[in-house]
Amino acid sequence: MLIDVTIDNVCVQVPTGSSLLQAAEKAGIKIPTLCYHPDQSLKAVCRVCVVEIEGQRLLQPACTYPVFQGMQVRTNSPSVREARQTIVELMLSSHPQDCLKCPRNLNCELQSLTQQLNITQSPFPTLPREYQSDSSTFSLIRNPNKCLNCRRCVEACLDVQEIGILYSTGRGKQTIVGTALGQDLNELPCVFCGQCLQACPVGAITEVDETERVWEAIADPRKHVLVQTAPAIRVALGEEFGMPAGAIVTGKLVAALRRLGFDRIYDTDFTADLTIIEEGNELLERLQHGGTLPMITSCSPGWIKFIEHTFPDLLPHLSTCKSPQQMFGALAKTYYAKKVAIDPQDIVVVSIMPCTAKKFEAERPDMRSSGFKDVDIVLTTRELARMLKQSGIQWNDLKEDTYDTPLGISTGAGAIFGATGGVMEAALRTVYEVVTGQELEDIDFKSVRGMDGIKEAQVELGGNVIRVGVAHGLKQARKLMEDIASGTSPYHFIEIMCCPGGCIGGGGQPIPTTNATRQRRIAATYQVDKEMPVRKSHQNEAVSTLYEEFLKRPLGFKSHELLHTHYTKR
Amino acid sequence: MFYRSHVLVCTGSNCNIKGCQGITEALRRELTRLSLEQEVRLVETGCLGLCEHGPALVVYPEGVMYVRLTAADVAEVAEEHLLKGRLVPRLLQPTATVDSGYSLNMSPFFSKQKRIVLKNCGLINPDSIEDYVHADGYIALATTLDTKTPTDVIDVIKKSGLRGRGGAGFPAGRKWEFTRWATGSPKYLICNADEGEPGTFKDRLILEGDPHLILEGMIIAAYAIGATKGIIYIRGEYDLSIRRMEHAIAEARKLGLLGQNILGSELEFDVEVCAGAGAYVCGEETALIESIEGNRGEPRFKPPYPAQQGLWGKPTCVNNVETLANIPAILQHGAEWYQQIGTANSPGTKVFTLTGNIINSGLIEVPMGITLREVIYEIGGGIPEGRSFKMAQTGGTSGGCLAEEHLDIPMDYDSLAGHGSSLGSGALLVMDDSHCIIDLTKCFLKFFVHESCGQCTPCREGTPALYSIIDKLSRGLATESDMRLLKRLSRTMQSSSLCALGQTAPVPVLSALVHFNEEVEAHFKGDCPTCKCHTARGGRQSAN
Repeated sequence: MLIDVTIDNVCVQVPTGSSLLQAAEKAGIKIPTLCYHPDQSLKAVCRVCVVEIEGQRLLQPACTYPVFQGMQVRTNSPSVREARQTIVELMLSSHPQDCLKCPRNLNCELQSLTQQLNITQSPFPTLPREYQSDSSTFSLIRNPNKCLNCRRCVEACLDVQEIGILYSTGRGKQTIVGTALGQDLNELPCVFCGQCLQACPVGAITEVDETERVWEAIADPRKHVLVQTAPAIRVALGEEFGMPAGAIVTGKLVAALRRLGFDRIYDTDFTADLTIIEEGNELLERLQHGGTLPMITSCSPGWIKFIEHTFPDLLPHLSTCKSPQQMFGALAKTYYAKKVAIDPQDIVVVSIMPCTAKKFEAERPDMRSSGFKDVDIVLTTRELARMLKQSGIQWNDLKEDTYDTPLGISTGAGAIFGATGGVMEAALRTVYEVVTGQELEDIDFKSVRGMDGIKEAQVELGGNVIRVGVAHGLKQARKLMEDIASGTSPYHFIEIMCCPGGCIGGGGQPIPTTNATRQRRIAATYQVDKEMPVRKSHQNEAVSTLYEEFLKRPLGFKSHELLHTHYTKR
Repeated sequence: MFYRSHVLVCTGSNCNIKGCQGITEALRRELTRLSLEQEVRLVETGCLGLCEHGPALVVYPEGVMYVRLTAADVAEVAEEHLLKGRLVPRLLQPTATVDSGYSLNMSPFFSKQKRIVLKNCGLINPDSIEDYVHADGYIALATTLDTKTPTDVIDVIKKSGLRGRGGAGFPAGRKWEFTRWATGSPKYLICNADEGEPGTFKDRLILEGDPHLILEGMIIAAYAIGATKGIIYIRGEYDLSIRRMEHAIAEARKLGLLGQNILGSELEFDVEVCAGAGAYVCGEETALIESIEGNRGEPRFKPPYPAQQGLWGKPTCVNNVETLANIPAILQHGAEWYQQIGTANSPGTKVFTLTGNIINSGLIEVPMGITLREVIYEIGGGIPEGRSFKMAQTGGTSGGCLAEEHLDIPMDYDSLAGHGSSLGSGALLVMDDSHCIIDLTKCFLKFFVHESCGQCTPCREGTPALYSIIDKLSRGLATESDMRLLKRLSRTMQSSSLCALGQTAPVPVLSALVHFNEEVEAHFKGDCPTCKCHTARGGRQSAN
């Protein structure tokens, strides 16, 4: 049923149950908001969106207030303007005014709001808070002094990921989002996924910035600096330079990295293909020899830390394969070093990742199988963008470039690792052909694609039906784990990605990352796949060469030494 | 068994603090010593009302009240009054004299009151369901179940005009109706006994003095709205209320007044006690619901209202203790009877707690519409130490500050609202002329700064900002722009805070600006007329 609402003298019709915010949008008015997040539940705590409804004494938040027939609303009356302005001024009174030095400068919702409301001074004295910043982890820095108590991070942690480390503590003016007993993140089962950071409207949660270390490595003439780029970077980096979400910028990405001074520009997609060979063979091995099933993918470091904390008894279900990032590092300092005759000590491996947990993964003690730290520095998509801006390289002027060989050669199967369901699809393309010896007619496994929380598919492999499940976001992952724990899981093989949408929706991606941007990045990811000349990992010639020259065979001795790992109960 | 005399000893919390336990023990010893156990019955009752003068006891049939007792005084009362039949003049309540009116019914403190909610309070043993039944208890429930449909009950309550006694004054019958017709099951009935308003202790003393009255009110309410599950959310500090209520529930269950087929009817309803954890804001109904659900005690945004989506997302009716305490009497005597008490728009009585500079501080119940002057000077006995009246705050900390010129306004929902105050929780704070209005305002604001739950911006950030402006004013340092900001901030908090805590926090400030303008002006110029504030021109440092 449609309802007539008049907003600032504009009549609109909206469906029953719409909020005033939605009705206003239809009337061509963007009511300012702060605690509102398009993917989250309604909170109505910031009160920035209050409007005047005729016949009501109080102003009402547009985000939650439902429309009713004949409603007359004013969004710019003197009382609304006064309240809105006073509320934002109050926010400013406890927010540090160090915008110029803030990582979120020019991409900050409080800044935009202040500007939108034309607030040029605040009558309230600024009373700075003195909370300790938490920089206890390799991934995230929490500065509660900047917190506006919008609670979007709380929802990301509690409802999206179902971890619940962040919540409101204290009361009155001392109310602040914090942790149990004020513990640091490294003392808690935080998985460093950075979804809290993605939800934060300001700079209260940021990634650990390691760009300086990269500049230093590039500038050091003794160092041979390799860079690998994750599949999800090429469909997101453009947003940092004003391009629409889902713009594919692979060529410009490579060109930019070369201009920055990296010695070789390589692709994590290459080791994604390698992962498929190792993991696919591991699955077949488990299927044929009664190994622990279902087997679960192990590419996503936030997911790994989650299962280590939450379901330590299910660790044997994890594939022992390292993530593509770590496989790359291990090979770079062994296979590649030997091939180009450079002392691995002088090789620096930098990865560009959509992920804050990858910074933690690179620091795991078992990620040194080359004899050195396999991956030296991990940058997020945002950090790379900052380096590019610092360098003065003009994004728009960049000519497209291509990855170096051999570690830059990849297939469409590697590319789709960036989207939820991608690893599963890539694995099925390969496993099917390896087992049956027949060519797969339709290589698009559409049932495992998209933003549904849990997806599943069945494939017939040489007379046996293989059931696979895909989950993204830890809330969904927990459901599949509980099924395994209770013995009711129907699957043989499960793909889990920590972040909603998979890596394209990771905590290291451009801000904002919403479900709408996730959808576009996913669409772009499958576009990349479609345009690749080779779309199956086992047809990657560089991977075949790697086996011939170095690894000899999947799951062989070298593979186990360099490409597989073990997990820790936490 | 018949007794010559009944001695009713107040065991309410206020007398408890003052040592009524010792009084009871001493009296029991004396009765044994004087061999009076067979002639005099000792009853431990709920609050007698004159809290200021406790510990207290009343001897019936004479109706003589003795106050400010010590164990030694008890020996004298036993020996003189109970054994020899002679009054003890020095222990009589303040307005009583030996010659004329020694009976407590003749004292204005009692004679001006109208007791519906407190009818049994101070008369029966609250731990005895038999005492309650003897006092016509559960008759209203029994006749209601026999003769009325749930809709009939709602109609009676609507017709009676009973308004919610928790503060907002929403018509109780309509609230019940919303819950009755809401879809979803089960439905919940919550009794809000999270009394956190400073200076308010009426719900506590009602629960302590007559727990079965609340239970009876709840069972009738449950019948009307179709609730099968009741929760009494009692402030955690109210240990005696919790204990007595739990005892009452157990006794009621034993007699089939709770559980399935109540009094042989189809009605199924049970009640449990839930103790609060100390946050003022949990008195707000949606914060209370969050607290029961195990979450941080923070108000929810409305709509949806609890009647649609309350506890566990189900239709829920939240009623204050005093509201429910009115129900049995209304059903027993009818809506017309109730309407005749009080005023047209605010029928019935109101229970108040008198505190501050007033001789008879304590618990009273008066018809709506009584004037402030009658309450303060006749019931309350006036201002002590020969000082004069300065201001009264009704409705708790978020109520307005009323001045001398308001003493004759009738105390009911609408009249008080018309003067920038409210009936609120039933607190009545009286202050004499030694107090400074700015100092008092600071004190009120400090409370809100501490009790803001911190959820919404206007309240979390606004309360301390408001406090700091008043603090500046108290020190004589406020500027014209500070005063403008004070008003702008107050307007924003009132219009845009998520719940009533933030919406009403500026009320005492704004009323002080209007009703005590001269004193505010003086502070603005750097002067504190009562020398309470440490202003620019000197004066004493405020305690706040």
